[in-house]
Amino acid sequence: MKSYLLPEFKIIRDDDRCIRCQVCVRQCGFGVHTYDEENDIIISDESKCVGCQRCAVFCPTNALTIMTNPYEYRPNANWRKEFINDVKKQAEGGGVILTGCGNDKPYKIYWDHIVLNASQVTNPSIDPLREPMELRTYLGSKTNQLEMVDGELKTVLTSQVMIETPIIFSALSYGAISFNAQTSLARAASEFGTLFNSGEGGLPKELRKYGKNAIVQCASGRFGVDPEYLNSSAVVEIKIGQGAKPGIGGHLPGEKVSIPVSRTRMIPEGTDALSPAPQHDIYSIEDLSTLIYALKETTNYEKPISVKIAAVHNSAAIASGMVRAGADIIALDGIRGGTGAAPKIIRDNVGIPIELALAAVDERLRKERIRNKCSIIVAGGFRNAGDIIKAIALGADAVYIATAALVAMGCTLCQKCYTGICNWGICTTDPWLSKRINPDIATKRLTNLLRGWSLEIKEMLGGMGINAIESLRGNRHHLRGVGLNKWELDVLGIKGAGE
Amino acid sequence: MNNLQNGTSIKIDAKEIFYKDLNNFILDSALKGIKKIILNNVFGQRYIASRLYNIPKIEIEVFGTPGNDLGAFNDGHQITVYGNAQDGVGNTMNEGEIIIHGHAGDILGMSARGGKIFVRDYVGYRAALHMKHYKDKKPIIVIGGTAQDFIGEYMAGGIVILLGLGLKKGESHKPNFVGTGMHGGTIYIRGVVNSFQLGKEVGIVELTEEDHKIIEENVKKYANYFNKDVDEILNNDFIKLIPISKRPYGKLYVY
Repeated sequence: MKSYLLPEFKIIRDDDRCIRCQVCVRQCGFGVHTYDEENDIIISDESKCVGCQRCAVFCPTNALTIMTNPYEYRPNANWRKEFINDVKKQAEGGGVILTGCGNDKPYKIYWDHIVLNASQVTNPSIDPLREPMELRTYLGSKTNQLEMVDGELKTVLTSQVMIETPIIFSALSYGAISFNAQTSLARAASEFGTLFNSGEGGLPKELRKYGKNAIVQCASGRFGVDPEYLNSSAVVEIKIGQGAKPGIGGHLPGEKVSIPVSRTRMIPEGTDALSPAPQHDIYSIEDLSTLIYALKETTNYEKPISVKIAAVHNSAAIASGMVRAGADIIALDGIRGGTGAAPKIIRDNVGIPIELALAAVDERLRKERIRNKCSIIVAGGFRNAGDIIKAIALGADAVYIATAALVAMGCTLCQKCYTGICNWGICTTDPWLSKRINPDIATKRLTNLLRGWSLEIKEMLGGMGINAIESLRGNRHHLRGVGLNKWELDVLGIKGAGE
Repeated sequence: MNNLQNGTSIKIDAKEIFYKDLNNFILDSALKGIKKIILNNVFGQRYIASRLYNIPKIEIEVFGTPGNDLGAFNDGHQITVYGNAQDGVGNTMNEGEIIIHGHAGDILGMSARGGKIFVRDYVGYRAALHMKHYKDKKPIIVIGGTAQDFIGEYMAGGIVILLGLGLKKGESHKPNFVGTGMHGGTIYIRGVVNSFQLGKEVGIVELTEEDHKIIEENVKKYANYFNKDVDEILNNDFIKLIPISKRPYGKLYVY
C-alpha cells in the first residue's frame, strides 16, 4: 500500500562540505543514508529518518542539518498535523500506535509555575563552597519514636538505605536498554553513592557486584526474579504501574530477546516477554501486603521494600493503603514518565502530573500521621536540579531520573525506543549498535550530571539558608506559585507569589 | 516454643505462633544443620520455607493448614502438607518440591520458574499462571482432581498435568478459559475438555512418545506420593494443549 505519510524530517546536506567519508551511512541504524559509488553521491531516504541527530553529530565536516520537515497541511487548530498523520498510520497499518519516551503533550508543567525562596537580610544564606551541606538521604520506614534504656537504643530499627544525593536512576530494564547502558548506570550509581534500578528484566550476573547500589524490581512478569536476584539488591521494588502507561502491562518483542537477554530474564530466546497488566497475585491492598511480606521474608527483613505506582486520580488514598500494607518506600511516577514502548494513546492521555500527585500523597500521609512510615520517591520527567529541589520541598525524599540519564548518555528523545534500533546504542540489544556506548565514557557523563545537579541543589539550599536537605523536605513555605489557579495552589499546598 | 529435636530432625507445635517467629525458627533450625522440620498444628502461617535462601536443602512437613504463599520463592526445599493449602502455593518458586495431601487454593505455582508441585485433589483459579521455563529450569505441576478457570493463563513455559480424578465418567473438567494468553509450555489433560473451555491462544495437538514419557514419569510420582493406582490413571486418553503462537500479541501495533 502506498503510504500517504510525508517524511517527518528533512535532511539538508551541504555538498560543499560533504567529503563522502560515509560516517553518516555507517552511523544510521535505520538505513537512511546510502553511498552511490558510481556517481560518488550520498543518497538520503528521508522517510526512514527519526531525527536522532546521530549522523549530524558525528559528521566530521558539519555537512548535515536534520530538521523537522516544514510541510504544512491547511492550518487547523483541531486537526493538527500529528492527528492527521496518526490516522494515516492506522489506516495503513490497522493497529495500536506504539511510541517511546515520555508524554510530549503540552500539559501544564507545574515546576515551571513554582518558584523557590532565598534568604535576604533577615536570615543569612549559607555558602556551600565554604560550609558543609548535607544531601545524604536515608530511604526506608522510620519508627514513630526511639526508646532508650540506660543510654542504649532499645528500638529495633528497620532497614535503611543511604544515598549521597537525593537523585536515583529510575527503572530501565536490560532488554529495553543495552547491557553497556545498564552497566554505565550501575557504575555511576556505585561511584557516586546512589542507586540504579534494574527495571523488570532481571539483573545480569555481571552486574550483581553493584547490588549494594541496585533497586531490583519484581513486576507482573516476574522476569529473572529468583531468591538470588532479590537478595543481591539494596532495595526490592514491586512495580505496579508506570507513569507512561498506567494500567497496562508491557510486551518486550521477541526480536529483542537475544541470548543474553533470555539468560537474564530466564525465558527462551526469541519469545515475547509479556508483562501482564496487573500482578496476578495482587487484587487488593491485602494482597499487596502479602507480596510485600513475601519479599521481606525472602530477603530476611534486610531490605526496604518499595512499591511503585503510576500517579492516577486516587493516588493519595492508594498510597495510604500501600503504607499500611507495609511498603517502606512509595514510588510515584507521573504522566510525563518515560518508557521504552507504550501505546501512544495511553502515554499521552492517562495519569496525572507528578507535582499534583506528590503534593496530594504527602499531604494525605501527614494528615494520617504515617508519613514517617515510608520514604517517597517521585519520577516523571525531571529535567534539572530546580525540578528536583522543588519536589523535595513538596514532600519527596528522593527523585528518580531516567530520561535525563539517557540524555546524558546521548539520547535525543527521538521516541523510537520500541523499534529496537537506537543509533545512540542505548535502547537496543543489537551488538553492533550497543557498542556505541562506551561504559567508561557513559559512566563519566552520568557522574558528571549527578555532580552538577548535586552542586546546584546545594547552591539553592544555601541560598535558602538551609544546610541539610532533610530540613527542606516537605517545607512548602519555601515554594510559591506563579500563574496558578486557586485549586492548583490548594492541591499543591503552596501560596501564590507575593502572598 | 515447644519443640522436640531428634538427631537432625525437629518437631514443633506451631499453634498460635506468629508466622514471622515460625519462619525465624525454621531458618535458625536449618542454619543449625537440621534436615527435617515437622510443623504440627499449623494454622494459617504464611510464607513457610520462603526465608530459606542459600541454605542446604531441607524437608518440611506441615500438619494442618498453612497460610498464603506456602513456599513462595522456594529455593529448593521439599514441603509436604498433610491437609489443604491456601492461595499462592509455590508463588515464583525457583526449585524444590511441594506436595499437598489435599486441595490447594488460587494461583498455584504462579510465575514458578522451577521445581515441582503435586496436589492430590482440586485447585482454585488461575493455577500455573505465567509459569515459565528456561533451559533445565522447568516447573512441573501435577493436579489430581480438576481446576477452576484460567488454568495456565499467560503460561510461558513448564508443564501442567491435570488428571481429573474424581470426575464422573464423561463429566468434563471444570475450568473455562484454559490457557488464555498462553505463549509457552504444555498442558496435559486427562479426561473431557470441551473446545469452548479453551482459551483462543491454545491448540490441541497429538501426543508424541516423549509426551507419554513425561506423563508417565510424573504420574508415577503422583501415584507414589498419594498411594494411587498408576495403571488406572495412565489407562486413559490425555489431550495435549500448546500455544498456537510464541507471540500471541505480535500483530497489535503500528509504528
